[in-house]
Amino acid sequence: MNKLIKFISRRSTWAIPYVIFLLLLVVLPLILIGVYAFMDYSGNFTVANFVKFIEQPEAIKTFVYSVAIAIITTFLCILLGYPAAYILSNKEYNRSKTMVLLFILPMWVNILIRTLATVSLFDITGIPLGEGALLFGLTYDFLPFMIYPIYNTMMKIDKNLIEAAQDLGANQLRVFLKVILPLSMPGVVSGIMMVFLPTISTFAISELLTMNDIRLFGSIIQENIMLSDTMNYGAALSLIMLLIIGITSFFSGDEESEVSHGGII
Amino acid sequence: MAENRIEPGGNIIDIKHVSKWFGDKQVLDDVSLYIRKGEFVTILGPSGCGKTTLLRILSGFETASEGEILLEGADITQTPPHQRPMNTVFQRYALFPHLNVYDNIAFGLKLKKIKTNIIENKVRRALKMVGMTDYEHRDVNSLSGGQQQRVAIARAIVNQPQVLLLDEPLAALDLKMRKDMQMELKEMHKTLGITFIYVTHDQEEALTLSDTIVVMSEGVIQQIGTPTDIYNEPENCFVADFIGESNILNGIMIEDRLVKFMDTEFKCVDEGFSNNAPVDVVIRPEDIYIMAHTENAMLHGRVSSCIFKGVHYEMTVQLPNGYELMVQDYNAFEPESEVSLIIKPSDIHVMKKERTCNTFEATIVDDTHIDMLGATFECMPHGLEKDTEVKVEVDFGKIELTDDKEDGMLEGDVRLILYKGNHYHLTIVTDEDDYLYVDTNDVWDDGDMVGINILPEDIRIIKN
Repeated sequence: MNKLIKFISRRSTWAIPYVIFLLLLVVLPLILIGVYAFMDYSGNFTVANFVKFIEQPEAIKTFVYSVAIAIITTFLCILLGYPAAYILSNKEYNRSKTMVLLFILPMWVNILIRTLATVSLFDITGIPLGEGALLFGLTYDFLPFMIYPIYNTMMKIDKNLIEAAQDLGANQLRVFLKVILPLSMPGVVSGIMMVFLPTISTFAISELLTMNDIRLFGSIIQENIMLSDTMNYGAALSLIMLLIIGITSFFSGDEESEVSHGGII
Repeated sequence: MAENRIEPGGNIIDIKHVSKWFGDKQVLDDVSLYIRKGEFVTILGPSGCGKTTLLRILSGFETASEGEILLEGADITQTPPHQRPMNTVFQRYALFPHLNVYDNIAFGLKLKKIKTNIIENKVRRALKMVGMTDYEHRDVNSLSGGQQQRVAIARAIVNQPQVLLLDEPLAALDLKMRKDMQMELKEMHKTLGITFIYVTHDQEEALTLSDTIVVMSEGVIQQIGTPTDIYNEPENCFVADFIGESNILNGIMIEDRLVKFMDTEFKCVDEGFSNNAPVDVVIRPEDIYIMAHTENAMLHGRVSSCIFKGVHYEMTVQLPNGYELMVQDYNAFEPESEVSLIIKPSDIHVMKKERTCNTFEATIVDDTHIDMLGATFECMPHGLEKDTEVKVEVDFGKIELTDDKEDGMLEGDVRLILYKGNHYHLTIVTDEDDYLYVDTNDVWDDGDMVGINILPEDIRIIKN
């Protein structure tokens, strides 16, 4: 009995449910993806799946296109989100939390529902769906994920620093360029991670917003995985995407920790 | 109250009738002050006295609601902070965390588009001045509090401002470090020849550093003078109590050079008061001579406590007539011992009383009620018309304070406590920002919330 109490009261014990969850739903699938990617249909070891990717210009083209869409979406989110976060964090323009709530509110609604609503909006106004609709939809879906981290970082900037810069002779523009911008970079990096990474692998949103006309990398993976004879090829494509996402987030993660080290006192 | 020194030429800063409101709350009330070129001026006062607001108006982060600020005769009241030739050393350092020591110090110079090699020289010199040579490439977050403060000082002085504003720059440092930095700041002031305006709540710091001290309380300048003036000739009870230790007593000026307090007549050196004028008397505890009981001394009493303070002993002496005096001496007299006291005439400092009772504006409601201080009070029948404007007087001792603020007609908080030898004199600020002065034998703490009651028979109505 005593042993049981001791076991329960240990902090590490509390992690066990999540560790089981992690093993079943994250680690195991990852291993399976890795294994399947190096197997052919009948279960023998092969690298043919990767060769197929490199040899098929169609797949590479889709991949590059997906990255381009993700970059443009991220860029649009920064373009719209940064000024929004700046205004929200500035007490002179925004005195209540209501505005912040309004900006963040879309995060409360499921992303698929929002996308469906966007589709209806395009239908009602008679604007054709397609690439434009896709960019609009993605930007609309992911904008709050850009605004919130930037807003948070900006709220944490010590107001004394802004006064110190003014005191040393900086006008509003200089204060922004030399103090606010560099100190808000950790927020921008988090925002990029939260927008760029999910947009690369999106497929449902692109299918809905383009009437299945534009296929992103995520769609190709999904199509291949759904069919049992191309499942291994799909696994290889997943692995490639995972690696690329891993590499980008490793680099940006590195940068983030460095910047935020200086950004937060 | 804001008494000004006579204005000579060569002032670097003139503050003229500056008032500041934050919403309904007035934090500065008609402040006028001039600062001479090269002077080390300290603005001293307890927290919430308006000293930081005054500094922020000088640096441009706040704008005066009324009045003007002149810099060498030119009006800078509306000039934004980045165009003022002044630099600030902030209380919390406010160093840029994304820049190293060098770039922090070079920040202002780079904005002025100065050549890189000149910037380098200037930064080096500034670092040397604050004793931080070789720290150029250090991350500011890796520095200790004292080092960060030095960098903050270097960042300000490197721009060669005409005026250096220091906002409690040493408040976050420990005692030993603070003492060292005080000396260094004084040295720096001498070497640079820049005007220093220093804000602090630490009276000892103010006495050590300044050429001129400006004592503030409740948004009003209480006294301006040299450290010696402020210490030896405090203008009112607030200054006497805030600077150093003091015995403050109620007294009556019987005639020139004769004052009565603690039921005893004393010779003094003050004159020019009207006969029998009520006054406040200040005696510094170190100015009272204490000795073993002897018949020919002025006062006799019994020691009730004796504490060793490092250099001297601080003793409380209980007099037979109920008064208590604080006495400091190098010799200790044990508690319960019978002692005698002597006070020299020149050590008795007599100040004009600011007021002898509370005075309020009031309006008649009906024969037994009046409106004042934002509430309706019952009063004795007076036979005046409704809506007549009158003055009301209430004696200090006739205001009743209650622990539970719900029990009072009014609510307020205790702001200033003066011990007057045998009772406490409190300043109470009501929720409506009215000031009440109360004499009481009960012990209250600074910041206590109290309920306030005044009995009908204690309300004296005076027709305008």
